[in-house]
Amino acid sequence: MSVAENIEHGHGHAAELSPFQQHHFATAQQQNEASKIGMWLFLVTEVLLFGGLFVGYGLSHAKFPEAWKSAHHHLQRELGALNTVVLLVSSFTMVMAVQAAKLNRRKQLIGNLWVTIICACIFLVVKYFEYSHKYHEGLLPFKAFYSYQGPQVPGEFHFFSFYFMMTGLHGFHILGGIAVLLWVLKRSYAGDFTSAYYTPVDLIGLYWHLVDLIWIYLFPLLYLIS
Amino acid sequence: MSSHASHHDHTKLYAGTLLTLLVLTGITVAASYFDFGSANVVVAMFIATVKASLVALIFMHLKDDKPVNAVIFCGSMVFLSIFLGFCMLDVDSREKVSTGKLTWVEEQDREEAKKKVKASPPAGHSAPAAEHH
Repeated sequence: MSVAENIEHGHGHAAELSPFQQHHFATAQQQNEASKIGMWLFLVTEVLLFGGLFVGYGLSHAKFPEAWKSAHHHLQRELGALNTVVLLVSSFTMVMAVQAAKLNRRKQLIGNLWVTIICACIFLVVKYFEYSHKYHEGLLPFKAFYSYQGPQVPGEFHFFSFYFMMTGLHGFHILGGIAVLLWVLKRSYAGDFTSAYYTPVDLIGLYWHLVDLIWIYLFPLLYLIS
Repeated sequence: MSSHASHHDHTKLYAGTLLTLLVLTGITVAASYFDFGSANVVVAMFIATVKASLVALIFMHLKDDKPVNAVIFCGSMVFLSIFLGFCMLDVDSREKVSTGKLTWVEEQDREEAKKKVKASPPAGHSAPAAEHH
């Protein structure tokens, strides 16, 4: 946005200088854009981190196609679908929170952050029930813990190793996201975020959507493919 | 310019995106009850990619953002697909190579070629096609 445009629309960044603008940035907008590039670079490392698991998943799937077919019957696709819906809704409330911050709507920002956090917690609770079900069946990663005795095809152990590593890593990302969301929420209550400065909301939003995006792939790969 | 556009209320766009994502989730689940054979994975991954694109373009603002962010993200996707694609190619061909099946494949190719030569002159294509059925 050019300076002329700023003045024209009467909400120039110069007019609403944020106390959080650092001296080495010319404008708050430049600061925000620089931070965003940094966040996207971080997200790229996340893509590659999960990418390794996806490649491993693909290789093992190719090696044990029969095991994959039979193992996914141990997963409850209803719960997986429920969690997908929960995460999609949380993504929507997250983007609404970012918009609320941009538009100076503090109450809406706080409300949407709360819904996002609650959705994240629902996701983890559902995941807890799924994990405990598998724990009782003995469908666990690592040969030492895998104790399932029922009928099975060779290679199912590998499926459950990937299942736990992928959903586990994803779950830790949700957990970390909740922690940062709580911090952003605290700052929202303090009134730190205005249309002149909302970068933390923007960045946690990007992170949250990426976590959602990864789940969009995990759900069909783990729960649906037969 | 980009931030100017985003200072408007986009609630309708975001709600519409959420609705589309939910419908697509329903379609993926429904599609998983049908057997498309080896296309199962392709169908599921195609729908997932449509959903992921919607999230990236609209929720992550890539649509209106500075292009540099999209370049960074798409770059990672390009490299991820190279990583994934070449590994899967290897899975497809390694066994054939290590068990000598490649020569079998080559024999098949040679036989196909012979058939084509036999049935070749003008009406060449119809004969081998009939043999296949």
